[in-house]
Amino acid sequence: MDFSLTEEQQMLKDSVQRFLEKNCSFENRRRMLAERMPMNAQLWEGLASLGVLGVPFSPDHGGFGGGGVETMLVMEALGRHLSLEPYLATVILAGGCVDLGGADWQKKILIPKIIDGSMLLAFAHAEPNARFELGHVETRAVRDGTNFVLEGEKTLVLHGQVAEKFIVSARTSGKIGDAHGVTLFIVEADEENLGGQEYPLFDGMRALDLQIGGVKVGPESVIGTLDAAMPLIEAVADRAMAALCAEAVGVMDALHAATVEYLKTRQQFGQPIGRFQALQHRAVDMLIHLEQARSMAVLAASRMDSQNVPERRKGIAAAKEMIGRAGRFVGQQAIQLHGGMGMTDELNVSHYFKRLTAIDILFGNAAYQRQRFATMDDNQPAAHLRAPRKSWVKI
Amino acid sequence: MDLNYTKEEIAFREQVSEFVRTHLPGDVSRKVLEHRRLGKDDYVRWQKILFEKGWIAAGWPVEYGGTAWTPIQRYIFEEECAAAGAPRITPFGLYMVGPVIIAFGSEWQKKHYLPRIRSSEDWWCQGYSEPGSGSDLASLKTRAERQGDHYIVNGQKTWNTHGQWADMCFCLVRTSSEGKKQEGISFLLIDMHSPGVTVRPIITLEGEHEVNEIWFENVKVPAQNLVGDEGRGWTYAKFLLSHERTGIAGVGHSKRELRYLKHIASQEWSGGKPLIEDPLFRDRVAQVEIDLMALEITNLRVAAADRDGKAPGPEASILKIKGTEIQQDLTELMMEAVGPYALPHLPMAWGDHWIGAHVGPDYAAPLAARYFNYRKTSIYGGSNEIQRNIIAQMVLGL
Repeated sequence: MDFSLTEEQQMLKDSVQRFLEKNCSFENRRRMLAERMPMNAQLWEGLASLGVLGVPFSPDHGGFGGGGVETMLVMEALGRHLSLEPYLATVILAGGCVDLGGADWQKKILIPKIIDGSMLLAFAHAEPNARFELGHVETRAVRDGTNFVLEGEKTLVLHGQVAEKFIVSARTSGKIGDAHGVTLFIVEADEENLGGQEYPLFDGMRALDLQIGGVKVGPESVIGTLDAAMPLIEAVADRAMAALCAEAVGVMDALHAATVEYLKTRQQFGQPIGRFQALQHRAVDMLIHLEQARSMAVLAASRMDSQNVPERRKGIAAAKEMIGRAGRFVGQQAIQLHGGMGMTDELNVSHYFKRLTAIDILFGNAAYQRQRFATMDDNQPAAHLRAPRKSWVKI
Repeated sequence: MDLNYTKEEIAFREQVSEFVRTHLPGDVSRKVLEHRRLGKDDYVRWQKILFEKGWIAAGWPVEYGGTAWTPIQRYIFEEECAAAGAPRITPFGLYMVGPVIIAFGSEWQKKHYLPRIRSSEDWWCQGYSEPGSGSDLASLKTRAERQGDHYIVNGQKTWNTHGQWADMCFCLVRTSSEGKKQEGISFLLIDMHSPGVTVRPIITLEGEHEVNEIWFENVKVPAQNLVGDEGRGWTYAKFLLSHERTGIAGVGHSKRELRYLKHIASQEWSGGKPLIEDPLFRDRVAQVEIDLMALEITNLRVAAADRDGKAPGPEASILKIKGTEIQQDLTELMMEAVGPYALPHLPMAWGDHWIGAHVGPDYAAPLAARYFNYRKTSIYGGSNEIQRNIIAQMVLGL
């Protein structure tokens, strides 16, 4: 039962923090938003040369060999600095698909390029009718000799507009909602029969809707096993949720610190407003939510690579739920305690709040996660910290 | 970072679980699990069993009979005892006055009182709050005047849990009215059987007798019962607050209650199916379950820091607030789970030997009373509002 970081982890944390403090300022963010930039190429290069893009990948491909904790440290820093970069899209989501499901030859080609920053990938899985259901795939991939023809619509493809390739999920057999029958394909972004609209999300990130109008791909574009992509997609989604939990903690931590600082400096009625008990209590309630969220992000990081799939899914659903609920409270109250200034676009507080709101929505909000969590098994308490138990009650 | 228990900790858990399973009297655990009324004897019996095993004073230094368990082991011990339906160890002797005597007491006090605390020969109660001094405890007025080799104590204490069973009371008394109010407070050990001590029950809203008022009228207390120095009582009282507090969240206890809630909700039917399958109810259960998962990890973070000799971080301060809110949520959901059958008030039905009729399912009988009784948890031990004041000042610097 150890919550401390190794020296190596602490160094990673410090170096990412130092880099982002210098290069990922709020002014940088303003400029990117004003110019509608989906990413900052220089920043991305800087992250690449720091080795940050390689954190979750094996040293065999030039990566850092990090696991859930290392990813958590990077994501927390990205959240603290409100990064708009495609880390989740390229490294965690698309990179995760290749890393967990790709053939060796695919990994050898793609992963080093992700790590050195020269290749951007996006994960095209969500669909208009799916809402939050990961298993709802209508996009079809019909056999054509040894090739496949993909047809369908993908939505909310995070950072799709900068991607060189898409990882696309499509149904190769079965019907909508079946656990079996989904396959992952690598699709070149410059394919002729690919259309799309790119747009901003309310937190400044950008995404793409994709219309796939009969795109033909060869058998070499399949990632993993035909028809059997759902477990891989679920594992990647769990990684993404764990990453988002960590990012949210970074956002909440920065937001809480900014709020406490504001309470100490803002004067009204001849004194710092932090002297007023109602506001003190609110700041404490924010702290309670923050620390609970931090605990769950740690759980998610430790469950991310677990071989016990039900335990992994349940732990991460719970973590995502807590992050969504806590993030909403911390975000709302930060605005509240900043008064009128909290309502402006000019101050960073509302930017933090909007990122927390977006994180809650991505991959399913708190209410959705509660439903998932509660229906995952026969209502036994989560075995996340397993204790052998005998029958406990006789009535 | 590793959230797994070590092999040794897992083996320890097995050892505790096995011992509790074979040594906890079945009639006692049944009462605990079914929320029945416990008597003094139920607590003492279990504590004596732990004493025989050498497991009673887990947090004490080894030289005074402690177990040398790590904070993680203490956490595991609490969890396994709670899971099996062991009564909560009454804290006043073992977790409150005991550590104070160890840290600040005289050799005589250590020799005399500590063994009697460990063996449960003495039952202790706490004499802190007064009618005029609750959250503002330092304003307390109960006086202790030094006369020769005695103190003469006059005043009134209130909210004394299980004072009706107590042999001894550790009391904060005013020995001086000069200077700051905290500086005039002393820590005195008072024999509850002394002439001039009157205990009167306070009946709480659920109809039970758990707390009391205690009057002290010219009670003679030997001067050797003063702990440490006069005027240092407030320091000793604060020591208690910073003393090992990882049990304060009651995680093991709440985990057991959550299992019981799910059990009840599977028995209760609503809209043609078990209540546990009702989406709205299930949603609320899931929320408290996730809160508890998070609290457990927060608690373990604090325990691990304690184990490693590190100063507690801000997360330590949230344990009491969040732990008690979860406890309350669980009692609320259990009461709601039984719907209309929370209403009948049949206190006899949650006594030990009730074989009469129930109104509704037998598990429903004590649930409203528990919901009512647990409103105390956000009030005692430093109300949750005071806790927030302290955190705001000490942790956030506001």
